[in-house]
Amino acid sequence: MRHALPLLLKIALLVSGTASAQDNADSALVKRGEYLVTVGGCHDCHTPWTMGSSGPEPDMTRALSGHPQDIAIKVAPTVPAPWGGAVSQTNTAWSGPWGVSFTANLTPDPETGVLRDFTEQQFIQTMRTGRHQGQGRQILPPMPWPNYGRMTDEDLKAVFVYLRQVPPVKNKVPDPIPPTQ
Amino acid sequence: MAKVVVTAEWFGAGQGRRWAAAGAMLILSLSLLKGVAAASRTVTTPLPTLQETGLYDDFGSLQIDPSHLAFAPQYPLWSDGAVKRRWISLPPGTTIDAADPDAWVFPVGTRFWKEFSFSGRRVETRYLERRSDGQWLYAAYAWSADGREAHLVGPRGKRGAYQLANGRSHTIPGIGDCKACHLGDRVEVLGFSALQLSPDRDPGALHAEPRPEPGIDLRYLVDKGLLVGLPQAMLETPLRIVAKSPTERTALGYMHGNCGHCHNEQGSLQNIGLFLRQNAGAIGQSALATTIGYPVRKPAPGQSPDAVLRIDPRHPKRSGLMQRVSSRYPALQMPPLGTELVDIEAVSLLYRWISEHGEPREEVHLKQKGR
Repeated sequence: MRHALPLLLKIALLVSGTASAQDNADSALVKRGEYLVTVGGCHDCHTPWTMGSSGPEPDMTRALSGHPQDIAIKVAPTVPAPWGGAVSQTNTAWSGPWGVSFTANLTPDPETGVLRDFTEQQFIQTMRTGRHQGQGRQILPPMPWPNYGRMTDEDLKAVFVYLRQVPPVKNKVPDPIPPTQ
Repeated sequence: MAKVVVTAEWFGAGQGRRWAAAGAMLILSLSLLKGVAAASRTVTTPLPTLQETGLYDDFGSLQIDPSHLAFAPQYPLWSDGAVKRRWISLPPGTTIDAADPDAWVFPVGTRFWKEFSFSGRRVETRYLERRSDGQWLYAAYAWSADGREAHLVGPRGKRGAYQLANGRSHTIPGIGDCKACHLGDRVEVLGFSALQLSPDRDPGALHAEPRPEPGIDLRYLVDKGLLVGLPQAMLETPLRIVAKSPTERTALGYMHGNCGHCHNEQGSLQNIGLFLRQNAGAIGQSALATTIGYPVRKPAPGQSPDAVLRIDPRHPKRSGLMQRVSSRYPALQMPPLGTELVDIEAVSLLYRWISEHGEPREEVHLKQKGR
């Protein structure tokens, strides 16, 4: 028993040390993801913009929740040549030759978050191929996936880990509107 | 290496031998470097022209190298009506390992070609080669309008390669799109497998080309010593899809060839729980279990609200699967890539199959609730 106690203590310290090291690694990954999401400009399109005292600014109470479901857009705007497209005041609805696309809800809301069925690998493949879950429908412009597809696996993992732990926002983004023929 | 040995012997003993050894080392080194250079070219860079891949014995007359084997899978992929020809080439003395009937292992140096023609005009030829590091090299070659040249297409593919109906055009896929399908399962080779080459071919299979000479199937490959390890039972009782009717057999086969390379139990989309690939061990079962009366998990943009089941027995119009196969709206269509035109024959086949399928919706719901 005299020998057992120090041994148990060592095991407890070892386990606690391992858990702590894991926590630190996870925390570092989240911080890295937050950094990449910030400098990568994800909020520019995936966080709705609102008019602040100094002009338009992202509404961080709805961070990364995509195009607000209560702003209904049914038809694409008509813009005169040489203009090629238009963007909503929230910066979350984009019109161009591809029709109208609405930025996705990237928060981990279990009902409306676009990533709710994604595995980490599918997220990485989505950025690599520009296709939903890496193999499905095309992601519409202006999502700059060809740029993000050049990120390393480690960086994309960090982004995914970060997005999985931001506050969930329930917001059902509308379906895209196809281009008129 | 033979050259090196002869040179060393010719110089004889003493000083000559040392020079000979040095010369031999130099030649050997140069040979190795040359080998490395050749290997690295194969590893990283597709060849700039189709001619250089070795498909043809005589490119001027487009005579295929007779050592390549032409084949035709029984359940081909729909590519907007393209007529396809396919060939495989194995390095001499090598074999395909079929010990795992659902994941054949192809030897290094294996090459595949698939030629796409529309209205008698060659448009593209796709190419796969297993590299020395075990990875597959992907390439696509676009034919010139006069059919005399075929050049490598860039990694982003080529739009407008051939004008189809309804203002649509054929796109030669980029590398990313090639891999979107080919990396969807354990084996990157599609269409050359136990079921696709079974001698018990489905007479109703859609768009199936007749088997070209010399009639490649499992029996042929085994007899020629090109396929080893195939379970004996698959030769004695050739694989066929277990189904209630010929229509069901063909429908399941169609989905195997057109959907199963992404929707299967092994690939990266397994979490969707839609298993349309036919596995040798339980052929016909998982495709039925994950479609008939199975709830749609996440409706795609454009899907109607009443399509709550992937397949609603006797109700094809409100079956999610049917709506997606019948659409070419990019956010809804299935398959999501590689096709611009709805496969009308497939829609008709699936419509008929679902219409004839037994259980009405109410019974399915009761079954799901365990009553």
